[in-house]
Amino acid sequence: MSAATHTHDHGHGHDDAHDHHGPPHGITRWFYTTNHKDIGTMYLWFAFTMFLVGGTMALGIRAELFKPGLQFFDPQFFNSLTTVHGLVMVFGAIMPAFVGFANWLVPMQIGAADMAFPRMNNWSFWLLIPAALLLMGSFLVPGGAAASGWTLYPPLIIQQGMSVDMTIFAVHILGASSIMGSINIITTILNMRAPGMTLMKMPLFVWTWLITAYLLIAVMPVLAGAVTMLLTDRHFGTSFFNAAGGGDPTMFLHIFWFFGHPEVYIMILPAFGIVSQILPAFARKPLFGYASMVYATASIAILSFIVWGHHMFTVGMPAAGNLFFMYATMLIAVPTGVKVFNWISTMWKGSMTFETPMLFAVGFLCLFTIGGFSGLVLAIVPVDITLHNTYYVVAHFHYVLVSGALFAILGGIYFWLPKWTGHMYNEGLGKLHFWLSMIGFNLAFFPQHFLGLAGMPRRIPDYALQFAEWNMWSSIGAFVFGLSQLLFLYNVVSTIRSGQKAAQKQWEGADSLEWTHLPTPLPYHTFVTAPVIK
Amino acid sequence: MLSKFLRAPATLAAIAFSTLASADYHVDILPPVTSVSREIYDLHWGILWVCVAIFVIVFGAMFWSLFKHRKSAGAKAAQFHENTTIEVIWTIVPFVILIGMAYPATRTVLNMKDAGGADMSVKITAYQWKWEYDYQQDGVRFLSHLATPRSQIDEYNGPGAAKNDNYLLEVDEPMVVPVGKKVRLLITSNDVIHGWYVPQFGVNQYGIPGFVKDAWITVDKPGTYRGQCSQICGKEHGFMPIVVVAKAPEEYAAWVKQMKAKMPAEPAPAPAAEAAPAAAPQGAGEKVAAASAKVDGKGTYDTTCVACHGTGAAGAPKFADKAAWAPRLKQGAAALHDHAIKGKGAMPPKGGNMALSDDAVKAAVDYMAAAAK
Repeated sequence: MSAATHTHDHGHGHDDAHDHHGPPHGITRWFYTTNHKDIGTMYLWFAFTMFLVGGTMALGIRAELFKPGLQFFDPQFFNSLTTVHGLVMVFGAIMPAFVGFANWLVPMQIGAADMAFPRMNNWSFWLLIPAALLLMGSFLVPGGAAASGWTLYPPLIIQQGMSVDMTIFAVHILGASSIMGSINIITTILNMRAPGMTLMKMPLFVWTWLITAYLLIAVMPVLAGAVTMLLTDRHFGTSFFNAAGGGDPTMFLHIFWFFGHPEVYIMILPAFGIVSQILPAFARKPLFGYASMVYATASIAILSFIVWGHHMFTVGMPAAGNLFFMYATMLIAVPTGVKVFNWISTMWKGSMTFETPMLFAVGFLCLFTIGGFSGLVLAIVPVDITLHNTYYVVAHFHYVLVSGALFAILGGIYFWLPKWTGHMYNEGLGKLHFWLSMIGFNLAFFPQHFLGLAGMPRRIPDYALQFAEWNMWSSIGAFVFGLSQLLFLYNVVSTIRSGQKAAQKQWEGADSLEWTHLPTPLPYHTFVTAPVIK
Repeated sequence: MLSKFLRAPATLAAIAFSTLASADYHVDILPPVTSVSREIYDLHWGILWVCVAIFVIVFGAMFWSLFKHRKSAGAKAAQFHENTTIEVIWTIVPFVILIGMAYPATRTVLNMKDAGGADMSVKITAYQWKWEYDYQQDGVRFLSHLATPRSQIDEYNGPGAAKNDNYLLEVDEPMVVPVGKKVRLLITSNDVIHGWYVPQFGVNQYGIPGFVKDAWITVDKPGTYRGQCSQICGKEHGFMPIVVVAKAPEEYAAWVKQMKAKMPAEPAPAPAAEAAPAAAPQGAGEKVAAASAKVDGKGTYDTTCVACHGTGAAGAPKFADKAAWAPRLKQGAAALHDHAIKGKGAMPPKGGNMALSDDAVKAAVDYMAAAAK
């Protein structure tokens, strides 16, 4: 990225005359704000809140599974916990966190003053609140929260009470929010880049979000359609998924996973983007294979539309169907491998230091790769059939979603926190947070591979005795991992409130516009005049 | 509940030590006993070794770099950032490796799907929360329930009874198959999606209401093989195990004879035709029949209603809970019958067991109502 520094842009942030553009005070600032930084902050806090809520549910699950027998929860409530944990983490924590990053970073990294549709931006955030309330409120209605797994398969979901309707409406609202957010991001990236900021000069984070936003627009309506059909099956006598009325439960699985697989990449592509910003910064060396990274990201996105059947090898598709989905799924290993090789080449012959963001990025690289290997194992139809719906699958997707998406998010927060808050976080605490997370996570999830190989099904509140040992270790790891996130909360809060003043370019190797062109702390409005990129 | 959470870490050390002594740290797929599961076992290990090889190369390069190319070790950053040749190489090489993996996997997929030429077939119907096995050629049909007593499972008020060796993996009436015979499994469901999963057979097949899917097994070794429902199917999903006993053909024949003697002389008049709309005949034209269609209120309660009304799950009025039942009894028997048959709130129609006749549901309601008066 070669970006010329123009003194008149550079100076503008320090211009006292701009101070009156600062934020209004009080709560109305947050209700009415159209500022991409404020909205990004709210997204991130919302995501972190939901992460704690979903994490508490996960610890409830692991407490129940600590040893055989039912100690704490009724099995129905246990099923609600697994279901809502999944929904909260996917729709409440990971996705909003990435939208928060997009809000903060996309305008600054392309040299734009704000998002293209600031009011819609405000609206897409505030929609999250009623959705979250509906989802959490569903625990309080008769029958308890949805308890069919986050995939909401009929006919099981049809049997439940009004909590299902609340969940469906929550999904509708979240979908609307995501679609608006995506339109906003795409429009911003395509129309508001600074002069000279060509597409192939954009930081990789912006590229990954551009592609992610297209995925969201393509698949959120599919999910909305699927859950609307559930709603009409429940209340208006339709039979989309009821065999007795000429429907087919399997059809829901097909539609759901046509959404579901691109959704998986929606949750990982922005993580690729964040890691692609962090690794070069701490290797003090440009990202290796920028163009091939862009093409690999696009290939993964396109392939994601033709692999959904690998989530349902056990429904009994014909051999040709199973084989098609197996080949397509295996193919995804190619662009994913390209990305991993490029990241390693970026580090190769660099001059590396290991501050907290780099630790999380390297942790991501190691563990995401392990998740990629278990994904390859699961792509093989016969092996998948014996592992489907076991803890092996649970281990696999936590390796890609926790040590993948979440580690990238945590690394990204540490990376940009000095820029966002103007203060440096506590490095020692950050490293402690990383190592506790790393140890806790692996202790929680690596043994789950063994449980799955031995045939322990997922979503069961109690298990046979031969699964007891690994489950115990898994629960211990989960509590270490979960509780160490409180350190992170403490570190972030104390960074915001105090902490050493951070430099404009806190990281020696950071090279995107927010570091090279903008002062620390950031003024409320940035790039009111677009910089010129050479 | 909270205090139990707090106590958990305290008891941790004790449990850790006691379990390490008699540890069962299984780390592999269970020993295969059919030709398909043997192929799966070998495939898994083959792919795992390929992954390990790639892992060693990739992580070797990464950790070499992490140690050698540190700023603190005096490394100066090079500035190279692209190389088309190497990009092409690391696109093509993985592609070739994948083709090498796909070939044996494809052969196994085709083998798994080839259920032709079977010696016999067994229709397996899933219910919430039990399995029905129907040996159509031999005229044997029975239900298979979890045999572990609740007293071993429930530990809400302190430790439960000592657990059996096969805790949660034991049934009252196991499925029996002859060793060495190709058995075609016709798998369906009567209510929601379930999964018939026996790891050592390499079979994991959803039972889907309204459709019949197939799989096949040829078990080589006599023995008892255990599995579980693999697809979440409601409250008791974790409590519907599968046990299959493989016996020599002579012993199997003796078992069939013995089971036939236990079967009711005349199969129960099937109310299925009229009472099982959820199981529209499809696929092989199978009809999902009622397992037990006697108009026996207590029997129906014990097999179906108890799941929720026994514990008060999902807001269900608990059995013999006079306070919970009083407002409902006021609505009159006809209204209660109607709600039970058509469903109301969290209560699914017929308690989710569509195989029940209307009369069976009414009898169960009357039985519960009588207990609450």
